Amino acid sequence: MDVLLLSRLQFAVATFFHFLFVPLTLGLSVLVAIMETRYVKTGDETYLKMTRFWGKLFLINFVIGIVTGITLEFQFGTNWSRYSAFMGDIFGSLLAIEALGFFFLESTLIGVWLFGWRKISKGAHAIVMWLVAFASTGSAVWILTANAWMQHPVGYVIRNGRAELESFAAVALNKTGILMILHTISAAYILSAFFVMGISAYHLLKKQHVAFFTKSFRLALVFGLIFSLFEIWEGHLHGRDLAENQPTKLAAMESHWETSRNAPIYFFAFPDEAKEKNSTAIGPLPGMLSLLAFHRSDAEVKGLKDYPRDERPPVLISFGAFRLMVVLGFYFALVTLWGWFKKNRLVESPRYLKLMLFSLPLPYIAAELGWILAEMGRQPWIVYGLMKTRDAVSPLATSQVTVTLVAFILLYGFLGAVGYFLIIKNAKKGPVAD
Amino acid sequence: MDLQAIWFFLWVLLWAVYFVTDGFDLGIGSLLLILGKNNEEKRIMYNAMGPLWDGNEVWLLTAGGVTFAAFPLVYAVMFSSLYSALMLILFALIIRGVSLEFRNKVANPRWQKLWDTCLFVGSLVPALLFGVAFANIFRGIPIDAKGVYHGTLFTLLNPYGLLGGVLFLLLFLVHGSIWLAVKSEGALHERGSEMAQKLWPALLTVAVVFLIASGFSTQIYDNYLAHPLLFVFILITVLALFCIKVFLVKGSYWKAWFSSAITIVGATFYGFIGLFPTMFPSSLNPDYNLTAYNASSSSLTLTIMLVLALIFVPIVLAYQFWAYKLFKGKITREDLAYEEAY
Ligand code: HDD
Ligand code: HEM
Ligand code: HEM
Repeated sequence: MDVLLLSRLQFAVATFFHFLFVPLTLGLSVLVAIMETRYVKTGDETYLKMTRFWGKLFLINFVIGIVTGITLEFQFGTNWSRYSAFMGDIFGSLLAIEALGFFFLESTLIGVWLFGWRKISKGAHAIVMWLVAFASTGSAVWILTANAWMQHPVGYVIRNGRAELESFAAVALNKTGILMILHTISAAYILSAFFVMGISAYHLLKKQHVAFFTKSFRLALVFGLIFSLFEIWEGHLHGRDLAENQPTKLAAMESHWETSRNAPIYFFAFPDEAKEKNSTAIGPLPGMLSLLAFHRSDAEVKGLKDYPRDERPPVLISFGAFRLMVVLGFYFALVTLWGWFKKNRLVESPRYLKLMLFSLPLPYIAAELGWILAEMGRQPWIVYGLMKTRDAVSPLATSQVTVTLVAFILLYGFLGAVGYFLIIKNAKKGPVAD
Repeated sequence: MDLQAIWFFLWVLLWAVYFVTDGFDLGIGSLLLILGKNNEEKRIMYNAMGPLWDGNEVWLLTAGGVTFAAFPLVYAVMFSSLYSALMLILFALIIRGVSLEFRNKVANPRWQKLWDTCLFVGSLVPALLFGVAFANIFRGIPIDAKGVYHGTLFTLLNPYGLLGGVLFLLLFLVHGSIWLAVKSEGALHERGSEMAQKLWPALLTVAVVFLIASGFSTQIYDNYLAHPLLFVFILITVLALFCIKVFLVKGSYWKAWFSSAITIVGATFYGFIGLFPTMFPSSLNPDYNLTAYNASSSSLTLTIMLVLALIFVPIVLAYQFWAYKLFKGKITREDLAYEEAY
């Protein structure tokens, strides 16, 4: 294996692992802040217990998110040094806002929240949690804006052999970025809602702490329902953005080979990349792709054949990841809608509770699939249309990256095992009587 | 001063603030197994960093981020050439961070021993390697015209590099011991204070040797000799180093801590004042040096970042100061009884 492949694997391991913890941080911080606010407003002790219980799970998850994020920030320099030199000027202001404006706020205040129960007033304590939630969201916004620039570069000029900032506003208000922010944050809220509903279902099935977990479940259900519905509509906007800005990704995720009007959508297809066609394709819906992408069923959609072979992303992976994400997206909307009708009879609905318990991991899968689509679908470009991934990698020795890749896998494997062991242990234990 | 020079010094300042704030965490962690005689004392040591370590670590992210943002070429060459050392630091910081959160989540001595070991290793390794890395930068790194590194991890472990490592380690150990004396009572307080006093002569010796060795191994005195007024910086740093001892003897621990903070800031600036405007010198050929001028971002980016820094840094300092004040008290047995304590 060469340094490029090893570095890509290492980056994938590191980001995927990071993103197992990021969404729960984003969503659960908001849910915990809502619980604590209700406690402050109503004085109802159940809300305090909820804050404490979900807060503890939040913190275990949070710390892993933090420590794995730090390696990511440095990996641009260690493994993608040519890329860093190329786009550092663009990345600069974004990273500065992220770190100065949000990482500090989040990391300083989480300590205050954790250790400050007796040091500041109840109201102030709740505000601190809101600020933690605000800061996590803010940091996600700016890292996604940076990622969006790689998907759809704007506001730059090529000068001195690198991309230099021309318009900060264009970079910060990149439409692709705004869509990614909405999509990823909703994904995080869906995931957190399913996390809370899944664990609540576990306890409700055992008929323990019923009042506590019914309250938790209902709160999460509202959250999950709203954002699952929103996500479907927003995901569609995302697809339209791709049609405009990343036609190769769109063609790959639809396994669309020939440029055509009335382009179809397939329920299922098996692309044969060597022969440049689909070896099997089930259920073409003629015109649907044109309609979804350009709102006109006779619009022309470019096919993969229009692009040289070495500028096409892996088709099967893009197609599969996209299909599965969408199926899951509709599934989340359906089960939360169903839950809406069950919400007053949760304990009497063991089948529904079991379904929700086993659905807990699904949003994690959907979110990782989304990133596979976004990142693999961008290949071979590291910055779409401007720089290829193979030109971005650091001049390292194969042995160096092999050693660190193995170390990453071992360390993260261990960390993941311990982290989920602790989360599961504390989740099963349920709230403690204070 | 032009933008590049401003950012050069802000960059050094960020590293210095990181070493001051997280330095005491790294010091306490490295001393955990020596100073914490039983579970309760160890927990006091964990909780002495409890609410603050995470906010402290962000100074490292900011220092790394500013390297990327203001000097992309330095970021690219520095982090890829110091690849193995940096990865070791990152892995260490990962296990350090999670030990704090995980240790007290399971009441089993073997579990706790595992995380104690992780905290120890995870603190000692960065404390040492940051020093090794910085001393090597002062000395020059074998990079060619394209920024490609010609060496291995062991290239960095030359005598001068190792001396720098020991210097940083001692600085952090003293800094951490004093913080422990500030934050604890009774036997642990005494031990922290004694440890700081015991390590102080070693720190002084290594510091003097380092100052002399720099004359032989690096070019950093060129700037000082060209502008002799700069020697005042070294003088202030050495003065602060002596103040540590004076205040420790008097039992003024906060003052001793501030003195050691100033010493750390001085030690970080010492080499870069000598290097300016070079940020990452090549030991192969001075023409390959990366400087604040040939490695920086465009002036538009530097300007935007400066405005951002002027807005946000005071705010950050204000709330971090507030957090430090909130948690300035000593950790007592009573604090350990709460559910949320580490
Ligand atoms: C600002 C930049 C940025 C951001 C926010 C992300 N990535 Fe990314 N990603 C990169 C910058 C990048 C990169 C450095 O540019 C890579 C390395 C190789 C490449 O093509 O792009 C990359 C590659 C890359 C790969 C490997 C693709 C391949 O080699 O075929 C995966 C799987 C991910 N990323 C996944 C993620 C996930 C799960 C993220 C969410 C946390 C994420 N990326 C956020
Ligand atoms: C590959 C690019 C990424 C880099 C370099 C990166 C960097 C970091 C760093 C350095 C931290 C630690 C911050 C701290 O100590 O507070 C962190 C945490 C975090 N990141 Fe990332 N990140 C990346 C991708 C993402 C994405 C895409 C998102 C969101 C959608 C995200 C959301 C977060 C959040 C919410 C945290 C808070 C801690 C936690 O997750 O528990 N990150 N990230
Ligand atoms: C239901 C319909 C959905 C549609 C039509 C949809 C559409 C898309 C599209 C087109 C992309 C690629 C965007 C790009 O590369 O620029 C994407 C990415 C992504 N999706 Fe989805 N998605 C849906 C549901 C979901 C769900 C339910 C989740 C998670 C719970 C999710 C998580 C993600 C993530 C994390 C990304 C990567 C970040 C981004 O590009 O925004 N998606 N989605």
